[in-house]
Amino acid sequence: MNPLLQLNEVNTHIQGFHILQGISIQVPREGVTVLLGRNGAGKTTTLRTILGFNTPSGGEIKFDEKVINGWPPFRIGALGIGYVPEDRGIFGSLTVYENLKVAARDGIREMEGRLEKVYQLFPDLKRARKQQAGTLSGGQQQMLALARILVSKNRLLLIDEPSSGLAPIIVDRVAEAITELKKELPILLVEQNYNMASKIGDNYYIIDQGRCVHEGRMEDLEKEPEIKQRYLGVAV
Amino acid sequence: MFDTLFFNLLLNGLAHGMLIFLIASGLSLIFGLMRVVNFTHGSFFMFGAYVGRSIFLATDSFVLAILGGLLFGFVCGALVERIAIRPFFGNRVQLLLLTLGMMLVMNELVKIIWGPTILRFPRPDYFIGSFMLGDIILPYYRMFIVGFGLAVLVVVYLFLNKTRLGIIIRAGVEDSDMVQSFGINIKQVFTFTFALGVSLASVGGAISGPFLGVYPEIAMDNILVAIIAVVVGGIGSFGGSVAGSLLIGLISSFGGFYLPQAAMAFNVILMALVLLIRPQGLFGKGGLASGR
Repeated sequence: MNPLLQLNEVNTHIQGFHILQGISIQVPREGVTVLLGRNGAGKTTTLRTILGFNTPSGGEIKFDEKVINGWPPFRIGALGIGYVPEDRGIFGSLTVYENLKVAARDGIREMEGRLEKVYQLFPDLKRARKQQAGTLSGGQQQMLALARILVSKNRLLLIDEPSSGLAPIIVDRVAEAITELKKELPILLVEQNYNMASKIGDNYYIIDQGRCVHEGRMEDLEKEPEIKQRYLGVAV
Repeated sequence: MFDTLFFNLLLNGLAHGMLIFLIASGLSLIFGLMRVVNFTHGSFFMFGAYVGRSIFLATDSFVLAILGGLLFGFVCGALVERIAIRPFFGNRVQLLLLTLGMMLVMNELVKIIWGPTILRFPRPDYFIGSFMLGDIILPYYRMFIVGFGLAVLVVVYLFLNKTRLGIIIRAGVEDSDMVQSFGINIKQVFTFTFALGVSLASVGGAISGPFLGVYPEIAMDNILVAIIAVVVGGIGSFGGSVAGSLLIGLISSFGGFYLPQAAMAFNVILMALVLLIRPQGLFGKGGLASGR
């Protein structure tokens, strides 16, 4: 089957800097694809370029066989591509329920229909639904960011560093939630936490200096200590 | 001590505060959402006064004058946003100069159309007279301004908190990129918010006419106090614009009576104090300098 999302030789310049230098990746229609790489390798820029926040200066981005480069972000979002940025992107002065309402692209009725399942997955959010989102803990904010994706019909989920800034025990819960999500949605995940990435990832791409330098099945990367050491700084 | 004078100054201050609120609330929302300081806001207040007066003189209907001011502001606001603001979006310096320039043009334009002198905007018959509370005289028209301001306040509050579009506007004030990722065309939201904000200023102008008179300088006078009210209340916060405006209105009223030479100084001192103690404003979230 064709991949759901395809980047062919994508280049992105930000304020004169050549950040993505010909990235090519394919995200299949199921499972978790992980983007690995050191800080500043271009992982977040890759996600933001897919989403239309950065306009690629070259190459091609295809979603379901449709070329989407140059589209405004809202049209890309409307295709059913959900985004959870590293800082979670929570609207802190809005209540939890209002956050979900903003995300309810397919209408409030559709959202209400999906809420029960969302609350089942994240019971904290049900209790806190009238609470200001800015007062939630880091882990709860991450749950809310994921919940916002689930209240509409989405086809692909982009998650940036879900473990960042969270206590280890919370990271485990986030990993569990993503494992649950991957049954329903293909996911493109950026993650520095190698343990978490290896637990939930199916495929990987390693990005270094704006290029893909390695790719393969996640379980095969386990057998490549040299690559892990060189590009990810993971001790052998 | 609570004599007629006190209640008169209080009512005056509240009425003036409500007029400032009608300018400041839109100014604050537009800046919070779009990072545009819209200097034309005071000019639309002024234009609203002239347009409202013309409609009232032509139709003898004060209701039509109010609706006309509202509609005039909404249409002009939408046009200005689409034609002038959008091409420069993202460049704050250019936008600042643009709205400043448009303000100057508008303030001169009004003199060409209606002349430079103060014009009388007669009160409708049913607002002539005063309500007597013991020996306290409360002019009907000032009470109307306070009531009208309160009604707008409630409607805008409900809109921002109970409708999805209103919630989206509040979300956009925090993070407009994230709003777009949910498939929402933020540019349409910008146009609507700009038009809404301008229409509030314009209708404020229309109802101010019989209270303040109609003359070109009301543009400058009011944009300055509205900006101060926004800074005091906290940029982007609706509640803040309410509090800031009423505070400025009351200070102007009482300060202007007891120490008229220092009336404007009181406002600036209040702003300086707030900025020193609480740079984000009374109800604000981020600091003034906090970008996105």
